[in-house]
Amino acid sequence: MEPDAAGTVPSAEEVRDTTDPHTATEVPRTHAVTIGRDRSLAVSPAGSIAAWPAEIRQPLREPHPPARSFNVGDRLFSWLTAAFAGLILAVIAVMIATLAWQSRVTIQLYGLSFLYTSTWDPVHNVFGAAPAILGTVYTSLLALLLAAPIGVMVAIFLVEMAPRRVRTSLGFVVELLAAVPSIVYGLWALIVLVPLVRDHIQPPLIDHFGNTPFFSGYPIGLGVFTASLILSIMILPTIASISRDVMLAVPNSQRDAMLALGATRWETTWKVVVPYARSGIIGAIVLALGRAVGETMAVQMVIGNTQSFNLSLFNFGTTMPATIVNQFTEATGETYLSALIELALILMIVTIILNAIARLLVWRVTRVAGS
Amino acid sequence: MGATVRAEDISAWYGKKLAIRDMNLEMKPNKVTALIGPSGCGKSTFLRCINRMHEVIPAARVGGDMWVGDQNVYSRGVDPVKVRAQTGMVFQRPNPFPTMSIYDNVAAGPRLSGKTRNKKELDALVERSLRRAALWHEVKDRLKEPATGLSGGQQQRICIARALAMEPGVVLLDEPTSALDPIASYKIEELMNDLKEEYTVIIVTHNMQQAARIADFTAFMLAGEDFVGELIEYADTKTIFSTPKDKRTEDYITGRFG
Ligand SMILES: Nc1ncnc2c1ncn2[C@@H]1O[C@H](COP(=O)(O)OP(=O)(O)O)[C@@H](O)[C@H]1O
Ligand SMILES: [Mg+2]
Repeated sequence: MEPDAAGTVPSAEEVRDTTDPHTATEVPRTHAVTIGRDRSLAVSPAGSIAAWPAEIRQPLREPHPPARSFNVGDRLFSWLTAAFAGLILAVIAVMIATLAWQSRVTIQLYGLSFLYTSTWDPVHNVFGAAPAILGTVYTSLLALLLAAPIGVMVAIFLVEMAPRRVRTSLGFVVELLAAVPSIVYGLWALIVLVPLVRDHIQPPLIDHFGNTPFFSGYPIGLGVFTASLILSIMILPTIASISRDVMLAVPNSQRDAMLALGATRWETTWKVVVPYARSGIIGAIVLALGRAVGETMAVQMVIGNTQSFNLSLFNFGTTMPATIVNQFTEATGETYLSALIELALILMIVTIILNAIARLLVWRVTRVAGS
Repeated sequence: MGATVRAEDISAWYGKKLAIRDMNLEMKPNKVTALIGPSGCGKSTFLRCINRMHEVIPAARVGGDMWVGDQNVYSRGVDPVKVRAQTGMVFQRPNPFPTMSIYDNVAAGPRLSGKTRNKKELDALVERSLRRAALWHEVKDRLKEPATGLSGGQQQRICIARALAMEPGVVLLDEPTSALDPIASYKIEELMNDLKEEYTVIIVTHNMQQAARIADFTAFMLAGEDFVGELIEYADTKTIFSTPKDKRTEDYITGRFG
């Protein structure tokens, strides 16, 4: 078929403008046939858009309903999987509901002020969560500050620099690190990190920066700094391995394009790979933040456990999970128990939100590569 | 003005696997040379040997000499990064950088090499490149928008503009239209004709009609029973398609295999 007159056949771009993007690549075959040796016939001049009907005439019939499976097994299976998926949601909902119910005493008693008052006095039954919340935020952010750059660099090394064999074996080791139980990290921190910090890190820092609010105090070893340090080691594998997966999902065609422009590996990494994977890398960091916020044993073992918050990294402190694990067995009285459970509720909500954000960010990068 | 590209005994390996063997051919400036042959015969591999992109793949090696102009790009002391910067390459699937705008995509190369001294020069270079890629009028009002918002054909022309912004002597295209619809392909083919006025154009295609339409010279490659690609026949396009000397070329162009 030939276009009957110049101006009635839209060019490819115009077809695209008026149709939905998914069908847009399907240029009508009738136009395709006109392309050949005779170029004069092939494409009508620009400006013919007016000839394209502005309103799409609806077809005569409605679409048929989607096909249903007639296989009993199939249908049973799809119901079953849906039921399990629903069950998981239900478990989460039930957990939040029970935590909220069990902490109703302090929720009613303090309302929002529970979040920002800082007296935690079981003897007089007064509870404010500010030290635990601030302590959690402080240690977690500090851990991120240390772990994020190193984790991303490790991922870059694994994906962009290391030979395949090193990538596989080192990647394996990184994942092993993530599997070490946190009590082991805690013990190791007590045995190795605490003396190291006390003898070799704190004295010089206190000498030089002791007059700033961040490094004042005594070289004890235990405290917020050491807790952040062990946390950063614990979340490093998360950041490194997820960033690695995300960067592996960056198509090689992207690297090729940059390299072919005369970019070095280094330039390609920073100008193409990292920007492409950016949201996934941020996702990895947020996920690690979620881990840090919820981490219990290792932190509790080295943070010193005082219900106060201080800017100084060398002070004792606490976090939400550390407070709970430290005090739950000795918590007597309705209010005390309720306060601890409310901490758990806050913790759960925060980690769910952080995880959801992280998954979303990671998925945004990997979904493209997966399709 | 394009540069002559001459391959002397070019062989290429992926690890221990030999992919192409002893390729000898000279590709002329201001002409379009097409590399044709069945899938897997080493067309892409050979093309990537020209600008030293082959070595980007881990354990990939090249033997032989490749002259681009009066430089052997495989002689000792030649920086592959510089070789690539002096050659434009366009790939099978449009691969604009999704995190960059149309402008930034085209400006990516010049920014790397620092060849423009200021914003004004860069603007001019970007415009010139987009004009050469026959895309300027379609995108001049949306230079700040992401390149991935364009159609497939436009994206491929962005990639061509990006390659041209390097002001290369040689433009290498690896099946640049195989992911495009016929109309978009047609526009790219038309562009080839303009490009050869300024560059040496070398294009891989497995579409014989395309080669016949646009190429001045055609090289036919084929992998034999040992799966190693070789140059079978190289001549002006007319000869290859009307009076090929080699039986295998004839079989291929008459559609008897491949
Ligand atoms: N990255 C790679 N690793 C290993 N072998 C490869 C790689 N790329 C291509 N090959 C092999 O090299 C040969 C030539 O491939 P290629 O140059 O892509 O062929 P063509 O472009 O003609 O289809 C094929 O046998 C292919 O399997
Ligand atoms: Mg190929």
